[in-house]
Amino acid sequence: MARNTLYNKVWDAHVVTQLPTGQFQLFIGLHLTHEVTTPQAFDMLKERNLDVAYRDRTVATVDHIIPTDNMARPYADPEAENMMAALEKNTRDFNVKFLNFDSGRQGIVHVIGPELGMVHPGMTVACGDSHTATHGAFGSIAFGIGTSQVGNVLASQCLSVDPLKVRRIEIDGELGPGVEPKDVTLYIIRQLGVQGGVGYAYEYAGKVFDDMTMEGRMTVCNMAIEGGARVGYCNPDQTTYDYLKGREYAPGDDVWDKAVEHWQSMASGPDAEYDDVVKFNGADIPPMVTWGVTPGQSVGVDEGLPDPSSFEGADSATAELAYKHMQFVPGQQMGSVNIDVAFIGSCTNGRLSDLRSAAEIARGKQVSDGVQAIVVPGSQQVKKQAEEEGLDKIFTEAGFEWRNAGCSMCLGMNTDKLVGDQISASTSNRNFVGRQGSPTGRTLLMSPAMVAAAAVTGKVTDVRDL
Amino acid sequence: MSENKVQTITGKAIAIHGNDIDTDRIIPARFLKALSFAELGQYPFNDERFDENGKPKDHPFNRASSEGAKLIFANSNFGCGSSREHAPQSLGRWGISGLVAVSFGEIFAGNCEMLGMPAAMATPEDIATLQETSDRNPLAEFTMDLNQMTVSCASESVSVPITIAEGRRMSLINGHWDSTGTLVANLDKAKSVYESLPYTSGYK
Repeated sequence: MARNTLYNKVWDAHVVTQLPTGQFQLFIGLHLTHEVTTPQAFDMLKERNLDVAYRDRTVATVDHIIPTDNMARPYADPEAENMMAALEKNTRDFNVKFLNFDSGRQGIVHVIGPELGMVHPGMTVACGDSHTATHGAFGSIAFGIGTSQVGNVLASQCLSVDPLKVRRIEIDGELGPGVEPKDVTLYIIRQLGVQGGVGYAYEYAGKVFDDMTMEGRMTVCNMAIEGGARVGYCNPDQTTYDYLKGREYAPGDDVWDKAVEHWQSMASGPDAEYDDVVKFNGADIPPMVTWGVTPGQSVGVDEGLPDPSSFEGADSATAELAYKHMQFVPGQQMGSVNIDVAFIGSCTNGRLSDLRSAAEIARGKQVSDGVQAIVVPGSQQVKKQAEEEGLDKIFTEAGFEWRNAGCSMCLGMNTDKLVGDQISASTSNRNFVGRQGSPTGRTLLMSPAMVAAAAVTGKVTDVRDL
Repeated sequence: MSENKVQTITGKAIAIHGNDIDTDRIIPARFLKALSFAELGQYPFNDERFDENGKPKDHPFNRASSEGAKLIFANSNFGCGSSREHAPQSLGRWGISGLVAVSFGEIFAGNCEMLGMPAAMATPEDIATLQETSDRNPLAEFTMDLNQMTVSCASESVSVPITIAEGRRMSLINGHWDSTGTLVANLDKAKSVYESLPYTSGYK
C-alpha cells in the first residue's frame, strides 16, 4: 500500500467519509464541465429537485461539438446547435459560470482550466471526460467520470470512489533531439501496455519530468488513461509555481508564499512508498508513431512494424485486427506510409508550445499536394497568443488551415471528419477504429513536430531528418 | 430502495471476443450528440453491426439468437478509452444487465456501477469457458449471482467464480448503487472538508 505520496496526501485531505458500502466519499475541488456529458446530469438535478452544491467550484465551457471553421449560429449541424443551446440554458438555469466565446476564455476544457490558473497542486479535479488526468501535471488528482457521476458532483461536489494503487514511473537521462513529451507518453504506454495502469494512479518522476515544461507534463498526464491509469500526476515544483504565478485564478501576491508552502507540503515525501516503481531511460525514447488501433501499438519512427506472433495471447489477435484495419503489413517501415490529413490540436497537443514546435517545422515549407492540414488551437487564448507570435502566418503561408478553438478532428463530433479510409497524422490521443469520424478511417498518433513533418512531406517522416 | 437491489441476473449471454474493446467501438462519438440517453439502445456497436448503407453485418448483436440476451462475456480491458456513459447506457438500453470480463476500463466499470449494471471479472480461462459455452449454445441461460459470486449455466454444467470490488458488490446487492442520495445526505460533512481546504478560501 502506497504511503506519503502526493496521491495519498490529496486523498486524505479530501475524504469526506467512508460509505456503508466501504467506498469513500471524496470532495472534488474543481468540477470542469462541457456540453457533451452534462445535459442528462442537469436533467437528473431537475428531476430530483437538486441544486448545484458548490457553484464556486464549478465551471463550464464548450469544446467537443463546435465547428472550428464557420462558427455562426445556428450551427449547420442541428444536433450541435441543440447541445450548445442546452448548455447555455443549463448554465443559466443553475447559475454556473460558462466560459463562452464572448469571455475570450473558451477552449478545450483541459486547456483552459490550467491556462486560467484554476488547477492548483493538492487539488482534486473531476470532469466528464477521460482526459481529465491532464490536470495531474499540477500535482492535482484528477478523475475522468461519466455523466451520472457528473450529476453526483454537481449535486454534492463529491464522488464515491475506491482508492487506487500508486505506480511511480521514473525516467532519468536526457531526451534526444526531436523527442517531445508526446513521444515520452507513447513510449510509456507501449512499454506498460494499454491495460498496465488499470487500478493505478501513475506518478511521473525523474529528470525527464523535472526538466519538462508544464505544457509537456500536461501532454504526458493527458494520456495516462490510454495506458489504463485513470489518474496520472507530476509532483509540483518551481516549474509549476512559475507557470501559475500571475494567472487569472492563481493566488495573488498577498497569499502567494503561503500557497506555495501548502503546495510543497503536498508533494510526495522523500520517504514515500509506492505499490510499484518502473524505470526507463530518456535516451532510449525515439520519436514515436502508432501503427495500430490502440495507443499502445506504436513503434519508433525508424523501426519496422512488429510480427503479430510476437505478442502474447489475445494481444496477438488485437495486432491482427489492427493490421487488417490499417492495411499495413508486418515488417513495413512507417516511413513508407503516405498521409491524407494532418491534424494539429486536441487536449493532448493543442497548446502554445505544441503549435510553436509544429510551426518550427512548417516554416517556409508547403503542405504536400493532396494533404489537408488543419491547426486547431486548444483555446481562444492559445489562438490569440499564437497570432501575436505570428504562428498563424507561418501555418497559413505553408498551406495549413488555421481554425478556432475546439476538440475538432480528435473525435469527429463536429464537421471535421476523415472520409473513407483516409490516413491521418494526428497529434490527438486515440487511434481507435472510427475515432476520427469515419468507421474505416486510419489514425497515426505522433508529436506536433512529427505531424508537421508528415504534412509537408506527405508521408510519415522522421523529424530528426528534416 | 429494495427495488434497486441487483443480486442475480438470468438470461442468454453474448460473447464479445477481443481485448481492448474501446467505448468508441461500443458507441461512436456521433451518437453522443443526443441530449437524452433514451434512444441509445439502438446503437451499441453500430459501426461494426452495419455497413455505411445500414446493411447488417455478421455481429453477435445482430444474430436472432441474441435477442433478449442479458449478459456479455468479454476479454480484457473491455470499455477502455472515453468516459462516455453512453457506452453502458447503450448496452443497458439494448437489454444487457450485467457483464463479465477478464478486466474493464476503469471509468467504464464505474459508469456501469452507477447504472446498477454489475461489471464482474473472471480469469482468462474461465472467460474462455463462458465464451465457448455461449458461442456453442447461444440459447443457453446463464445466471450471474452476486451473492454466490458465480456465473453458471445449469444446462451446460458450467459454473465459474467471479470477482468484483467489494464496495461495488455491496452497493449492488443492497440497492445503493444510485449514490446521489447518499452523497447528498453527507453534504454537512462535505462542507467541513470544503472549509478545511486552503484553496477554497484563497489560501487566506
